[in-house]
Amino acid sequence: MSEYLCIKGGRIIDPANDRDEVADLYVKGDKIVGALSESELKEASIVDATGKIVCPGFVDLHTHLREPGDTSKETIGSGTMAAAAGGFTTVVCMPNTKPPADNAGTIQLILDAIERTAVINVLPTGCLTAEREGEKLAPIGSLEKAGVVAVTDGGHCIQNTEIMRRAVEYATMFDLPIFDHCEDASLTDGCVMHEGEWSLKLGLRGMPRAAEDIMVARNAILAEQTGARMHLQHIASASALDVIRWSQKRIEEKQGARLTAEVTPHHLAFTHEHLAGYDTHFKVVPPLRTEDDRQALINGLLDGTIECIATAHAPHTEIQKDHEFDYAPFGMNGLETAFSVCYDVLVKAGHASLNQLIGWMTYKPAAIINRPKGTLSEGSSADFTLIDLEATWEVTEEGFRSLSHNSPWLGQTLPAQVTRTYYRGELVYSLS
Amino acid sequence: MTKPTPWKRKHLTGIEHLEPGELETIFETAESFKATLTRSNKKLPSLRGSTIVNLFMEPSTRTRIAFEIAATRLSADVITVSGNASSLVKGESLRDTAMNIQALNADMIIIRHSAAGSAKYLSEIIDIPVVNAGDGAHEHPTQALLDAFTMREHLGKDLRGKKVTILGDILFSRVARSNIWALTKLGVDLTLAGPSTLVPKEFEKFGVKVSHKLKPALADADAVMLLRIQHERQTSTHFPSLGEYTSMFGLNQLRAGYLKPDAIIMHPGPINRGVELDSKLADSGRSVILEQVTNGIAIRMAVLYLCGSYKDQKKGKA
Repeated sequence: MSEYLCIKGGRIIDPANDRDEVADLYVKGDKIVGALSESELKEASIVDATGKIVCPGFVDLHTHLREPGDTSKETIGSGTMAAAAGGFTTVVCMPNTKPPADNAGTIQLILDAIERTAVINVLPTGCLTAEREGEKLAPIGSLEKAGVVAVTDGGHCIQNTEIMRRAVEYATMFDLPIFDHCEDASLTDGCVMHEGEWSLKLGLRGMPRAAEDIMVARNAILAEQTGARMHLQHIASASALDVIRWSQKRIEEKQGARLTAEVTPHHLAFTHEHLAGYDTHFKVVPPLRTEDDRQALINGLLDGTIECIATAHAPHTEIQKDHEFDYAPFGMNGLETAFSVCYDVLVKAGHASLNQLIGWMTYKPAAIINRPKGTLSEGSSADFTLIDLEATWEVTEEGFRSLSHNSPWLGQTLPAQVTRTYYRGELVYSLS
Repeated sequence: MTKPTPWKRKHLTGIEHLEPGELETIFETAESFKATLTRSNKKLPSLRGSTIVNLFMEPSTRTRIAFEIAATRLSADVITVSGNASSLVKGESLRDTAMNIQALNADMIIIRHSAAGSAKYLSEIIDIPVVNAGDGAHEHPTQALLDAFTMREHLGKDLRGKKVTILGDILFSRVARSNIWALTKLGVDLTLAGPSTLVPKEFEKFGVKVSHKLKPALADADAVMLLRIQHERQTSTHFPSLGEYTSMFGLNQLRAGYLKPDAIIMHPGPINRGVELDSKLADSGRSVILEQVTNGIAIRMAVLYLCGSYKDQKKGKA
């Protein structure tokens, strides 16, 4: 394969550089370049991108790849192929594996698997506490040395505030961002959906917004007081957004600290009403909340309170999801449908521009982990994606690269389709 | 009063989606079956040759026995499987258990399960009719049907404008939810009463009133339905103690005086005597609690008959 690549005639959208134009994109080796010489152009592989969007590969800060330990649900190989099919070229994987990624040895195991099987860039996170039990600090310094990009107990919120305070203080010493799933477990014990009209109707135990809001407030206060880089995962509550806004203003005044938040495609697309049929595909945590919450999340993106979109891709086997609602695990697949869903609910619905959407999925998440990703700047890694906005596609089990198919979009037709994904100049996904 | 409409349903998983006319159909059918309950030969041939499996994953006395008697009166063969005696304790899924029951040529399944939505889940898996005998805190349709049936006998067939109060643990009650759907469809002026922790205001979205004060909640009510306080589950979080509950929300002689003089007292059972309901009131002439139990047979005969006839409709026999 040629060392040179010319993506010809596409609409290049690179929000990091405020670029939106029909032009050619050039690649030399594994890097984006401004131009190729005439002799290089003669050798270059030419890809006709007429009518397509050419944008930086997406960056996901919240992916569960399940390896090691749960490889019937997903592996680093299958998960990254799914990511590539969704247009992602960088994913940050959560540490709630079996065993959990709470020591340098496990991180090395994950890095080895990434080296062997990943088709895109995978950045691991390490645990904040040993065994993710929230009781004793994990060796955060060793985890940082081993290569983690953030620390989090991934899916488990530390309930003891003293432990959380110390974990945050300690992690800050290594300039590692802290990711947290905000949930006061004493308010959600035995709960399976959002508390409200639909939980009353369905007779399912409901999680109140307060369970999320309280921990968002706690984490925001700790971020302010410690100067930590705190990132709040999959925010779902309108009132939590109000707390974040209030905190961000205070933190901004103090300088130094940074409080960021993410939202998932499914919280932007669905509400608790979608649980009416007890379909376990919609069972997620934090739960799908009300239409008012959904609208608030969209507004949170638009006004910058929410920094980015993350998938919270949480694969589960069909057998695990095929149960009475109470007994099914939380989580849904998200990598392969993320862009199309967000394009549908944000851009097609008239809330946001395509450039804004691409920004929320590229350089903005990359900035949270302080990595030079999600951009088509000259000299950056040639990670990019081609998208056909006019295409529609049906979500089918057979079409998934992920080992799991726990998607509520199965059988639905979605707009806009990723047609090609390149990582470091190599084609890692092609629709045909 | 709404006119009865033809029964076209295969399953009865809840009341929420039934039309008022379908409720009337069940009531009319139950009336005709009730007339047979006191005959010397109580058996009818309607479901002769059918096998009904009573799959009870939770403890139950009256509902389980009422379904067994109802099925037997219709000449069906009944097999009852309880949770702790089934392969579910060995880790078999509900799906596989149900598929096996179907493969054993059962004609209908009656299910009682602790998980909300389980009856609907089952109805989507198997081809034979499923009757919900209580799924978690979701629905208990035959209980609501027998409750409304009992009210019709005492308050008149047209329940529109009648004031009914349900008092107690509404939040965790499948009986309350099914009664909300049934009674509002029948035009009842329904009030839910009890402590704020067990009766969230959001229930008002379902067209009912919510009250945390007993006097206005009970004033001039035609019927009051007490619900069991599930103290094994809620004492530590939803109210301070049984004593406090009884002193604030128990139905005693004084509070029963707020009701209409001829108002009826109802309870789906089992009763915590002296907790949610004064023991003497439970045994008084105003109590229709045992009538509810008896009516449970007629209602369940009606439901089994109607859902059982689905098979015949499909074959063009009916």
